[in-house]
This record gives sequence, structure tokens and C-alpha cells, in this order.
Amino acid sequence: MARGWFLPVAVVLGFVFLYAPIISLVVFSFNESRLVTVWGGFSTRWYGELLRDRQILGAAWISLQVAFASATVATAIGTLAAFVLTRFGGFRGRLLLTGMATAPLVMPEVITGLSLLLLFVSMELTLGWPAGRGLTTIIIAHTTFCAAFVAVIAQSRLRDMDESLEEAARDLGAGPVRVFFDITLPVIAPALVAGWLLAFTLSLDDLVIASFVSGPGASTLPMVIFSKVRLGVSPDVNALATIIIGIVAVSVVTAGVLIRRRAKREG
Amino acid sequence: MTQHGSNQPIAAETRPWLDPEAQPFISIRGITKRFGTFTAVNNINLDIFRGELFCLLGGSGCGKSTLLRMLAGFEAPTEGQILIDGQDMAKVPPDKRPTNMMFQSYALFPHMTVEKNVAYGLLREGKSKREAYARVAEMLRLVKLETLAKRKPHQLSGGQRQRVALARSLIKQPKLLLLDEPLGALDKKLREETQFELIRIQESLGVTFIVVTHDQDEAMTLATRIGVMNEGEIRQVGEPREIYEEPNSKFVADFIGSVNLFEGRVEAAAPDLMRLQTDELGPVVTLPRSGLSRNQRIWVALRPERITLSRVRPDAATNVVSGVVQEVGYMGHMSNFRVRLDGGRVIRVTQSNRLRDEDPISWDEPIFASWSPAAVRVLTE
Repeated sequence: MARGWFLPVAVVLGFVFLYAPIISLVVFSFNESRLVTVWGGFSTRWYGELLRDRQILGAAWISLQVAFASATVATAIGTLAAFVLTRFGGFRGRLLLTGMATAPLVMPEVITGLSLLLLFVSMELTLGWPAGRGLTTIIIAHTTFCAAFVAVIAQSRLRDMDESLEEAARDLGAGPVRVFFDITLPVIAPALVAGWLLAFTLSLDDLVIASFVSGPGASTLPMVIFSKVRLGVSPDVNALATIIIGIVAVSVVTAGVLIRRRAKREG
Repeated sequence: MTQHGSNQPIAAETRPWLDPEAQPFISIRGITKRFGTFTAVNNINLDIFRGELFCLLGGSGCGKSTLLRMLAGFEAPTEGQILIDGQDMAKVPPDKRPTNMMFQSYALFPHMTVEKNVAYGLLREGKSKREAYARVAEMLRLVKLETLAKRKPHQLSGGQRQRVALARSLIKQPKLLLLDEPLGALDKKLREETQFELIRIQESLGVTFIVVTHDQDEAMTLATRIGVMNEGEIRQVGEPREIYEEPNSKFVADFIGSVNLFEGRVEAAAPDLMRLQTDELGPVVTLPRSGLSRNQRIWVALRPERITLSRVRPDAATNVVSGVVQEVGYMGHMSNFRVRLDGGRVIRVTQSNRLRDEDPISWDEPIFASWSPAAVRVLTE
């Protein structure tokens, strides 16, 4: 019964449903023909074409800068938020902070994007900063929602961590800050790397929020792809998408492995 | 409480708690800890002396660990004062206290080697690396771990980890070492060996130990004195022998070892013997005890090993009851019996098996149980 035909078929159907579009995209990225839907033989021509496309290379560079910067800042902020939420017991506004730290996870991107845009515009009018919209505003916007993801990952790791490790370090003469850097940070480091990779991926993927808060000259890769596709799908977009899928897959798998590896060393 | 103290082999000068002039090293005064509406520790007063190995003994949730954590500085008392070596600890954070703690989970830093774990305390103190590692090597020799210095904690066995934790907590030569269930995670055989190892280390370093444990055998073996705790209060403080032989309450008598308890009242106090009357044992004679009045309600406590079983009726007129053996548990060095008395009450008796070719008492045998007047402990609460 358990070894019947139903389970294998269900698994195959599930995987086909999830990955058929991606596989067809990857396959057609190696298509010789200019027509996206007609197979014209194997070739890496569109990858070469991609490397000569200044617009796409420029956008990719912007995306990487944004992803790197926002993942790094988000990891720092998210870790601090998680530390406060797990280690400082009950304090005034704890519930509010918990809710607010995770709200960006479920907030529709359109609303996040729109509200950030309004904030940036009014800040520019009253404070004079940020001057116009561009790289900086995209980084800030991505940091806000990426920090929420990092906070969730770091929080679960901090909760699993044996708090007597920190107490033992206190007991042996280390002050609270020292304990954080000597003990807490190294112990939760794998989770933080995982959080950083996830934040990096999320930032790289984002189209909606970036569209709201970017300005002239600061188009991220997803924005460029989206505008190209509206004029018709060209094979070089397939090649680009294949590369992005590769990067995302590698970081997500690495993040997963790092999160899962956590308890092993504590024994 | 100390009327039987004179026959103890330990010299009086090593038992400062008998000397009313002695200055306590640790003074716990009226300590109370509440978590919300729950009182974990309730108005505890306790003096502990230099060089003692004091055991806080109690079931889970009795407040013993909370008391230990207040000594270490991880919890602040709601009320009361803790003095260590005359110094009030109220405003002193854990990293500035002259105490170190060995945690139940050992709390070894997973990302550091054995050597680095042990050196951590010295390096935080500002010792040079050379001096610190020289001391570490010495300490690892003391706990017999010198060959494992470069290992990480997850590469060690439970017993080895326990010794790393001990070495790490001793490296700063604290005035007071707090140990939270130090042997709890070890298996039985290793635990027994380690008990004596702990005593050896404690005596060779002269550090005062406070050990929290739920294991009465451990407390009896290790302790100079035991504090029996229940529901946040200390029920009795005394040397192991005192706790066992002279429990001050039914709770302590029942908690330490096993005991048969019978309700009764005082009938008459003659100068040499006291007569008690109980429903289940009939008349009982015992050694006189001050502070009891005629007709006062009391409980008779009889340890199972102080009762003798025999097939023929002993000569004595009192302190004898008859019954039938209901169950026998043969343990090798001794046997546990359950004897149903004629009144219906079942009592526990243990007899050591000293002779190899004895004709053993068996199931359903009619039997006499007897005890000497000195075996009876009279309890009033």
C-alpha cells in the first residue's frame, strides 16, 4: 500500500508543477534560435550577448551593491533586535516590538513600497535627506524588510542556545558586551550567515519595493528585466534568469544547511 | 540537636558550626525570591563556614537552584541580604563576585577548545597568555585531562566534559564554588567515583563548596553539612548523620532514606525510659526526650534497618509486634521485607545478609518484629 503508485506519481506531479517553468527557461536559455519558443539547437550565444549588454551589466552591478549593503545592515539590525527580544525578558513595549519586527514579513510589498516612498519624499522636503531617490533609498527600503527575516532566524537560534553559556562567561568575569562578542556571536554565527544569505537573495529578487523607491539611473536587475519583457521576451533574458536562479539556489541551499547544522556542535 | 555529637570521629575544630563564636564565611539573611506571585525561596537564613562542602538537598522546584543562582548573582533576591566574607553582594554583578559556578549542563563554550574554555576566566582577569596557559596546564593535570587540551567539547565524553567544567570553574581559585547538580549527568558507576574525586579536589584546594543536588546518597557522601529544602524553605540543617538519625520532622525523616511512621501520644516519662502509646504498634518504649508533655501527639519514626525480624518471640516485653511476611526483595547484600502487622499496617524492614548459609525468612511466614528503645525517633511535627 505504502509502496503503491500513488505517492511516486504525486511527487513527480508536484515537482513538475513547481519546476517545469524553470526547467524550460533554463533549457531555452541555451537555444540557438532568436525565437524564444522554437528550438534551434544548442548554443551559449545568449550568454555572450548578455556580457556585451551594458544596460543589463549596469543593473546587475546596482543589484549586487544593493543586496550586499542591505543584507549586511539588515543582519546587524536584525541580530540586535533578536537579542533584545530573547534576552531582556519582559520590558515595556516588548510585545509591540515583537509584532513590529515581524510585520514586514506579511505586509504586502505594494504597501511597504508606497509607505517608504512617502516617507522618503517627506524626509527630503523636511530634512533635505535623502536627496532624490536612487541607490541609497533602495538600500534603506531593502534593509527594513530584510532585517525582519534576519530577526526571525536569529531569534529562533538565540532561543535554542543554552543561556547558561552566557551566564558561565559572566561568572568567569566577562562583562555583558564581552559576553555578546565572545560567546553569543560565535555560537549563533551560522544562523547569522544564513540570515545574511537569505537577505541577500530577497534583496536581489525584489521588484515591487525597488520600483517604488528607486530613481533615475538606479534600476535594479529585476526592474530592467521586467521592462525588457514588456517589449517582448528575448532569449538573453532567459540566460540572465538562469544565472540568477543559479545564484539564488546556491545561497538558499547554503542558508538551509547552515540553519540545520546549528544544534550539532552543542551536543 | 548535638547531644550525640561527642561520638563523632571528626575533630571539633573542623566543625566550626558547633562553635557559637565562629564567624560564618557566607551569611544568608532572610532571603526571599518571588517570581510574580510564586515564592521560589522563602525567608532563608543560613550560615556556611570556610572550607565546608555544604549540600542543598531537595526535590525539583524546591528552590535550591534559585538560592544557588542568587549566590552567583544571576538572580536578585526580592528581600534579604547575602554576605560573602563579610561583603554585601547586593550590588555586585556576577562577573565581579568572588564565586564561580559549575553548571548542570556544564555550559562549555562549544567553539573553544578545552584549553581555551579553562583559560577564559584567567584571560578575563587580565592575566598574560603565558601565565594563564601555564595555570591551565596545571589545572588540567589535577583533573586528569592534560592529553585532551586541544579537543573541542563535542569530542569529549560526559565524564570528561564534567571535569572540564570543574577545571574551568576552579581556575580562578574562587573563595566559593557553586555546583549545580555536578554529577547529575553521569551514570551511576562514574558518579560514585567522581564523588570521591570531588572531595579530594575540594580538600586539596581548600575552596568552600556549595552543592545543589536532588540525590540524597550524593549529599550524604559529599557533605560536611546538608540543608534539606522543601517548597522554598530550609527544613533542617545538619551533618549527614544528624539529618539521618535525628530528623526534626516527618518530612525530613521520610525524605532522607525510608522510614516507618506511626502516630501516637506520650503516655508517661520515667527518668530512664519514656512510654509512648500508638494504635498500630501498641505501647512503645524509647529513650527520654525533653520538651514533651503527657498526652502530647507525636509520631514514632523507625528506620527499616533498625527493626529485627525473628521467628521466635524475643524476650523483651515491649517494642515487639507480630505479623506475616508479605513480600521479600532479595538484593544480595541485604533483603527488603514488607511485613503485615496483625493490626493490618504494612511496615518496611531491611535485614543485611551477613551469613551465607542462613535459612532465609520467606513469604507468608509468621514473624516477630522488634527494635531497641534507642532505635526509636520521636517526632513532633
